[in-house]
Amino acid sequence: MKFPTIKSESLITGIIKITGYSAIIFVGLIFYFLISEGLPAITKVPFSEFLKTRWYPIEDYFGILPMLVGSFIVTVGALIIAVPIGLLTAIYISEVASRRTKEFLKPLVELLGGFPSVVLGFLGLLILSQYLREILNLPTGLSALTGALILAGIAIPAIVSISEDALDAVPKSYRDASLALGATEWQTIWWVTLPAAKSGVLTAIMLGIGRAIGETMVVLMVTGNAPMMPKGLATFFNPTRTMTATIAAEMGEVANGSTHYNVLFFIGIVLFVIALIVNVTASTFVFRRKKRSERILS
Amino acid sequence: MITSHKYLFILIILILAACAPKTDTEEALPSDSKEYINNTGSDTIVNLALAWAEKYQEVSPQTNIAVSGGGSGTGIASLINKTTDIANASRQIKSVEVENALANEIEPIEFVVARDAIAIIVNPNNPIDELTLQQLSDIYSGKINNWGEIGGEDRPIVRLSRETNSGTHVYFLEEVLRLGQKENDTLFSTDTLLLPSSEVIGAEIRSNPNALGYDGLGYVTDDMKVIAVTASQEKDAEFIYPSAESVNDGTYPIARDLYMYTAGQPKGAIKEYLDWIHSPEAQQIVTQLGFVPIIAP
Repeated sequence: MKFPTIKSESLITGIIKITGYSAIIFVGLIFYFLISEGLPAITKVPFSEFLKTRWYPIEDYFGILPMLVGSFIVTVGALIIAVPIGLLTAIYISEVASRRTKEFLKPLVELLGGFPSVVLGFLGLLILSQYLREILNLPTGLSALTGALILAGIAIPAIVSISEDALDAVPKSYRDASLALGATEWQTIWWVTLPAAKSGVLTAIMLGIGRAIGETMVVLMVTGNAPMMPKGLATFFNPTRTMTATIAAEMGEVANGSTHYNVLFFIGIVLFVIALIVNVTASTFVFRRKKRSERILS
Repeated sequence: MITSHKYLFILIILILAACAPKTDTEEALPSDSKEYINNTGSDTIVNLALAWAEKYQEVSPQTNIAVSGGGSGTGIASLINKTTDIANASRQIKSVEVENALANEIEPIEFVVARDAIAIIVNPNNPIDELTLQQLSDIYSGKINNWGEIGGEDRPIVRLSRETNSGTHVYFLEEVLRLGQKENDTLFSTDTLLLPSSEVIGAEIRSNPNALGYDGLGYVTDDMKVIAVTASQEKDAEFIYPSAESVNDGTYPIARDLYMYTAGQPKGAIKEYLDWIHSPEAQQIVTQLGFVPIIAP
């Protein structure tokens, strides 16, 4: 048997090092590009203009507030639907289902996550939106609700898969201890297993938020893209326009270097900042929990 | 550590070498028999011009046509600057532009190459048959919100539109929403659905009895209902349906001609190309792209 020489070892280490650093470089370059293309928008358009409620870029109305609210509504709507369903599915697969059901169910859920979003968008456009309009008697089925439902369908597999892994990783001794103390199975799941897997479940939900807020194709197809400001609870059933859909719909035809072009990149920066806030919040949460539990365990 | 750095260095050099531009040794030199035509202008026509140029490559392989957009103004400006052979325009040349051209010893010659008409479409179950441009303007600006207000069923009106980057959207804004008035600054109601493609508009029109939409005449299919329109405000005004005939004789109000301009009477390859554009073969492409073909008089 021939042992690898020091030389080849260092070569391999070098390659791995480069690939590792390349991720940082790419993120840095993307960030630089986003800033350099998006920041000129602030000098070209007064900041107060962004906070107005009218978005009509071909006549220089650059109020991004309707899209900010639109993204928020669709994402929150998707989470309200996806988090309970996703979590309960994960609990069922991990804690309740028999081994055979589990082996059958989990790949199926993951397969659902592999569907191209444009296919789901098409189904939403041709089938879901029509049913919603007839059942709920809406003026049009192209609404925030339709978008939220389909985004929930996209987020659920991610939430199920990751929270199931987290629940699965909870040591069996925890459950045994709880059951030995006389807790029922449901009490064990709710008060012991789920809290123990909290950080993984939280990561799953954050990833779900990430998928929902960043999804473009589906919302472009099914939300109607009307940049209108919300009017109470009815907003969920009205058409809405998200930031991602705006960038996708308008970037293709915009003149390079124009104010409109810069403003679209500025919207990209806003999205980036939101994603950053979600991630930072998530990681501080997870980090703080780990510390405390470590303290308790030691 | 020194050896590891050496390998790293070699690797970087290799990667950088791979990034170097390829030397252009195999680029073909233009042969003398090739003809080059520059075609610049209107973004509305750019896809049509590209389709023509592509098809013409089969008809006449020795002619190379370079098509670019930029807008009608850009096209005419480059015709005046002698940087393009054919300028595409979705509007007629302005008198200022003609003066500029003549000052530069260029006589712009106009050719109508296709026509563009917007059809107003609704669900087949909608009882409404005709609308005036004023009514359409009031609907899209948000003054009229129910079909009942204009003689239809008591249903909310769902306004459908193409995205703002579509040439059809801009034309509809200028000619219908603002009724062709320059000083008019009416905007679309904010609850207008801005849909990304003709397919999405079609899907919503077919299924939703509340919907009102517009699109290029070529995109209208049999399962949508086309509305007759009139620009007139009078009571006995005749409502016109869009068709190749009504567009070509100018009676349909939401239609425009699409132009190509050449510097002086075209000669040689340019003349052959323009003649071919007026042939039935080229005009068939016009229909495929959602425009209205010109009918030979």
